[in-house]
Amino acid sequence: MDTNQLYDVLIVGGGNAALCAAITARQAGASVIVLEAAPRHFRGGNSRHTRNFRCMHDAPADVLTDAYGENEYWEDLLKVTAGHTDEKLARMVIRQTSECRPWMRAHGARFQPSLGGTLHLSRTNAFFLGGGKALMNGYYRAAEKMGIEIEYNAEVNELNFRDGRFHSAVVVRKGFTEVVRAKTLVAAAGGFQANIEWLRSAWGEAANNFLIRGTPYDNGHILRLLMNQGARTVSDPTQCHCVAIDARAPRFDGGIITRVDCVSLGITVNQHAQRFYDEGEDFWPKRYAIWGRLVAQQPEQIAYTIIDSQAMGAFMPPVFPPIQARSLRELADALKLDPQALERTVAEYNAAVRPGKFDHAILDNCSTEGLQPAKSHWARRIERPPYYAYPLRPGITFTYLGVAVNERAEVCFEENRKLDNVFAAGEIMAGNILGKGYLAGLGMAIGTVFGRIAGEEAARRAHA
Amino acid sequence: MPTPNPQTSLVTIGETGKLTLAILQDGERVMRICNACRYCEGFCAVFPAMERRMEFGEKDLLYLANLCHDCGECYYSCQYAPPHEFAVHIPQTMAEIRRQTYREYAWPGALKGLFAHNGLALALGALIAPLLFLVYLYTVATPGVFFGAHAVADGAFYRVMPHGAMVALFSLLGIGVCVAFAAGLYRFWRDLGEPLSTLFDMRALKQAMVDAMTLRYLDGGGEGCAYPDEVPSTARRTFHHLTFYGFLLCFAATSVAAFYHNVMGWKAPYALLSVPVIFGTIGGIGLLIGPVGLLWLKIIRDPETQDRKQSGMDTTFLAMLFLTSLTGFLLLILRESSAMGAVLAIHLGIVAGLFITMPYGKFVHAIYRSAALVLNALDKRRPLKLPVGEI
Repeated sequence: MDTNQLYDVLIVGGGNAALCAAITARQAGASVIVLEAAPRHFRGGNSRHTRNFRCMHDAPADVLTDAYGENEYWEDLLKVTAGHTDEKLARMVIRQTSECRPWMRAHGARFQPSLGGTLHLSRTNAFFLGGGKALMNGYYRAAEKMGIEIEYNAEVNELNFRDGRFHSAVVVRKGFTEVVRAKTLVAAAGGFQANIEWLRSAWGEAANNFLIRGTPYDNGHILRLLMNQGARTVSDPTQCHCVAIDARAPRFDGGIITRVDCVSLGITVNQHAQRFYDEGEDFWPKRYAIWGRLVAQQPEQIAYTIIDSQAMGAFMPPVFPPIQARSLRELADALKLDPQALERTVAEYNAAVRPGKFDHAILDNCSTEGLQPAKSHWARRIERPPYYAYPLRPGITFTYLGVAVNERAEVCFEENRKLDNVFAAGEIMAGNILGKGYLAGLGMAIGTVFGRIAGEEAARRAHA
Repeated sequence: MPTPNPQTSLVTIGETGKLTLAILQDGERVMRICNACRYCEGFCAVFPAMERRMEFGEKDLLYLANLCHDCGECYYSCQYAPPHEFAVHIPQTMAEIRRQTYREYAWPGALKGLFAHNGLALALGALIAPLLFLVYLYTVATPGVFFGAHAVADGAFYRVMPHGAMVALFSLLGIGVCVAFAAGLYRFWRDLGEPLSTLFDMRALKQAMVDAMTLRYLDGGGEGCAYPDEVPSTARRTFHHLTFYGFLLCFAATSVAAFYHNVMGWKAPYALLSVPVIFGTIGGIGLLIGPVGLLWLKIIRDPETQDRKQSGMDTTFLAMLFLTSLTGFLLLILRESSAMGAVLAIHLGIVAGLFITMPYGKFVHAIYRSAALVLNALDKRRPLKLPVGEI
């Protein structure tokens, strides 16, 4: 980090979007510095925990099977966001995902065919060999080789603006405060999900019970600084990618292994031992992203998925062992639920289960009748001990409140104020496309596409 | 909430008592984390094998650890690697299980101490054995023969050490080594939970042989593995191939020579362009470059993935291979000089030393790795076992 130098492009953040921007800008001839708040071991933001990215393709292509066209991709996105998206930007991302892979490969990305437990995604998602941390290792290696300066433990405290333009960043590193100047800024510092206080201002006390699945470094500080400068925002602070994860997971950084994949096989009750949503509404990969929010809306933000021995083993093995009991009463005791209430809930559910042919691979005809809420598929009586429970809490992956951008990744400011050297990529602007809901692999798709655009535009602006 | 979590193990007691409780617990804990994550399944055989197991008791850990080729990819790719609080370090965990495997399955058990005393093993192989040969051959040789100059003539070597004695000694050593290997393999296979019959499954054996000969799982899923550091590289595979095929060619050279001697009646030393010498030379070159390369990679390997406890064992074996080849070449060069007697004695001593130390050093990885590869081939054909709790 050279405080005397005027860099062409300063990138705040060190995840997928940041590195895509850095590499693209450097390729365009710009001098680039990346300021990553995390230490080297934890570099890469949430990308460290990712596994794949959603990829449009018109015919089978290397690791991707069949075809996944622009319209189908768009329809999927429209469905999960319920219209909370920007069609122009979304379609641009979708189209560009079809061209990313060779570029990614050239800069250290390795892909693999989807294997155990993820076969259903082989058509839509390209998997990184070894996951997102391996991808980031590859990008960092490429970046270092290209002469991109990378600073770890470099927390940006302030952004200085002069004459209506970005001027410099105040960086705290190893206890020292330094000022780094650059012609352009790419904000790729993630969402604000690790900032519990901010979450609390949106969710109230419920936020105290949220778990953060990814990096503890995404405190939203850069987002806040841009908002203070009058950046227009998209989505709202309660919207996020939020899944139901094991309540025993650590507060931060538990990642993928905290998942619980048996909701659709049993029933899920709240603290009052009451069911609150159709567990069998659709395939789990299409529903996992709504359950975090559902649990967040329950008292004390806790829920319990309950299965019997019939369902045990028919899902991806969670890292936490189940809470196990020989009877429902005993299970209720272990979970500190009202035993009578739990027995009643299960009895009512069991009585409502209609005979059918169970098949977890299809939307089968095992459903309940006359039960509120219904269980539409995979409803089997819970009657074979031992009984098992997994406690659930909301696990936030990333928040959607972000800065509005245009198709050049430029941050849009209020009153059409010109600030022509500020760009954003990744989670900090994902809300433009993902105002609500989630589609597996979309975060990385947005980060990759907008990262590259931001890098290219920033380099061009710096040379203008 | 119950206590077991990613930082503690569900295991409270060992099964066969071969592995320490501490490593059983660490192995179970990290495999449970890996099995819930599965991001690494494209790298090698270990993770797909793990997915077929679901439970991680002693037999499963013995199997998975010995299936691991120690390429390091999973460590660099792991979102839970230290300093993450889950502290998943597969290369380290697997290396420790392998270390305990090699030691605990050594036969006879009285010699397993050699694993802990690599200096002693090296001294035995590289110093004591050659010295004994020098003393022995000098003592038994007819005066003038040991230090005499020799024309390349039929049977020059055997005037220093009679053919019968050479065959008898090395056959005895060879048989002893094979018995030691077989005893270790038998007990290992049994502890993997397999009946002896499955070890002779021809399809599985063939698959395992192909996997071993090609080092199929030492490619990090395509571009090479993270050895000596995180940059994908094929260096280790290359040096291992040089070592392995060098060793094989040297072995072939000896076999052809035995055939020449016993069937054709042609006596060593053989001409420079004879099959045994050509095989021995090419193999010997492999055995010079390969071990040096492997040792060099080991020295520069990222300290994060090193298992220092095994450095001595690895180095000893590599040194013995290198010395075998080096003294072989010396013999080839000096076989017509007056030094031939001494060089032959040293070479034979080193070879004997290599034999003696083989069952108590790094060589045994070939035995247990191959067994794990056989089991891997078998496991792939078996119907998926239903995991815990299924009734």
